[in-house]
Amino acid sequence: MSPAFVNICYLGASVLFVVGLKHLSHPRTALRGNLYGAMGMLVAVAVTLLNRRIISFEMIIAGFVLGAAVGAILATKIQMTAMPQLVGLFNGFGGGASVLVAGSAFITAMALSETVSSQFTVATVASGLIGAVTFWGSLVAFGKLQGIVPQKPLRYPGEQVVKSILLIGALAAATWIVLEPSSIHFYWYLVAVASVLGIFLVMPIGGADMPVVITLLNSYSGLAACATGFVLNNNMLIIAGSLVGASGVILTRIMCKAMNRSLANVLFGGFGAVEEAGEAEEEIYAGKVKSTSAEEVAMLLDTARRVVIVPGYGMAAAQAQHAVRDLFNFLESKGIEVEFGIHPVAGRMPGHMNVLLAEADIPYEKLKEMDEINPSFEQTDVTIVLGANDVVNPSARNDPNSPIAGMPVLDVDKSRTVVVIKRSLSPGFAGIPNPLFAADNTLMLFGDGKKTGQELLAALKES
Amino acid sequence: MTAFVCMLTIFVLAIFVGYEVITKVPPVLHTPLMSGSNAISGITLVGAIISAGSQHTTLTTVLGFSAVVFATINVVGGFLVTHRMLEMFKKKNES
Repeated sequence: MSPAFVNICYLGASVLFVVGLKHLSHPRTALRGNLYGAMGMLVAVAVTLLNRRIISFEMIIAGFVLGAAVGAILATKIQMTAMPQLVGLFNGFGGGASVLVAGSAFITAMALSETVSSQFTVATVASGLIGAVTFWGSLVAFGKLQGIVPQKPLRYPGEQVVKSILLIGALAAATWIVLEPSSIHFYWYLVAVASVLGIFLVMPIGGADMPVVITLLNSYSGLAACATGFVLNNNMLIIAGSLVGASGVILTRIMCKAMNRSLANVLFGGFGAVEEAGEAEEEIYAGKVKSTSAEEVAMLLDTARRVVIVPGYGMAAAQAQHAVRDLFNFLESKGIEVEFGIHPVAGRMPGHMNVLLAEADIPYEKLKEMDEINPSFEQTDVTIVLGANDVVNPSARNDPNSPIAGMPVLDVDKSRTVVVIKRSLSPGFAGIPNPLFAADNTLMLFGDGKKTGQELLAALKES
Repeated sequence: MTAFVCMLTIFVLAIFVGYEVITKVPPVLHTPLMSGSNAISGITLVGAIISAGSQHTTLTTVLGFSAVVFATINVVGGFLVTHRMLEMFKKKNES
């Protein structure tokens, strides 16, 4: 097989990746886009199997079978609500593969020749560093989202110093390898330090900031693949890796913008003013919170002409998407206009709410972005907030001293009546009280999202 | 050196292509975008295959084998789960 033929096939695969991603610009073509991507991968793998350097196929086939079985089981069994942790886990495996491939290529290259180019060593250490951070960071993110590792941000004095030392240690090992490539074992020191760094980077980050972590690790896994491309002199890896890297960076930026925080603040800062919340909470809620019943809300909905449902992570946690669908269908059948208002950071990853609602057969035309739905709240009779908190907090608009001041929020308080379905008055991730709950036009319907949704539907059917 | 400059050129241009293509993806599809692009980042599989099959030393074979497993989970799982999600977006649209 001539190298030219192989490279042309790799080019074809790269084109398929780009075209595949391009088709993701619309739900109608997205499915085809994903198939193009998979086809590109198939071409790339098939051509690689013809490589002359491969003498034995046993290990490759064994690896395929094992990996495909695990991947297929995970992909088909996973609940849609658990999608963020699955994507996090897959990210990690991608990063881990880059570490191993670069390490193996390093060992092979050093055995075959005394000298290697600095491009090779720099790319190798980059793969090892980024890949190891991605692998361990993703495992911690997975643990947090799955509830194995505490979701609470783990902060301690001297945290930034510890992380800085780890980073310096990793960079020192990396520099040593570049200057002295014969010390191969330093690569594993580098990987070890980078692994610890990955764990320490993600541990201090809280559950609701996970969208940013997952998108950032997504971009890292792309960059690791890119670096491996420079190690192996493979253009296709570079192209595919940079596509993924760009995608992760763009999504990270969207997430940060939606929280009105810088990336540095998410990674190293976090919300600190939790202690003061106690008193302020009393003041805001005392005597002003109105609790309601499913029957009362049913009566409200009966006379409504336009209803907006605002889901948050609580909907995912309560697996309430099917109850919401039944409610949606019933209201639509009564001729009521129903739309969904979706905040970019609602849930635990970008687009999390959209996937859940799509799973429950809600047409995607009904899912409106924040900027699109915000002007319509004034014409909305009833807004149902289901398991969302910080993203509907009017303090972000009104109170310049609030920790979330300036964060773009859904203006649900502008609708005629707001019904908040929530288990308690407990604060959201930002740790601050929400004046919405005490507003004149707000009714609190306390309870689990799924159960309350079903009760609401039952009450509606009776009325 | 020329090979390096050539790869660097491809790298930079690919980032621009990625930026242009990805910014067109609507927020509704951001989760499938993540899982799908994630599957593409499993492209390191091609490097893993060569490492696992070239039988240079036992160590490189073991590293290669593990890399094949990791990358295959990433690729197969990623494309499958994306397919599953996108089908949910599709079926409502057809009706």
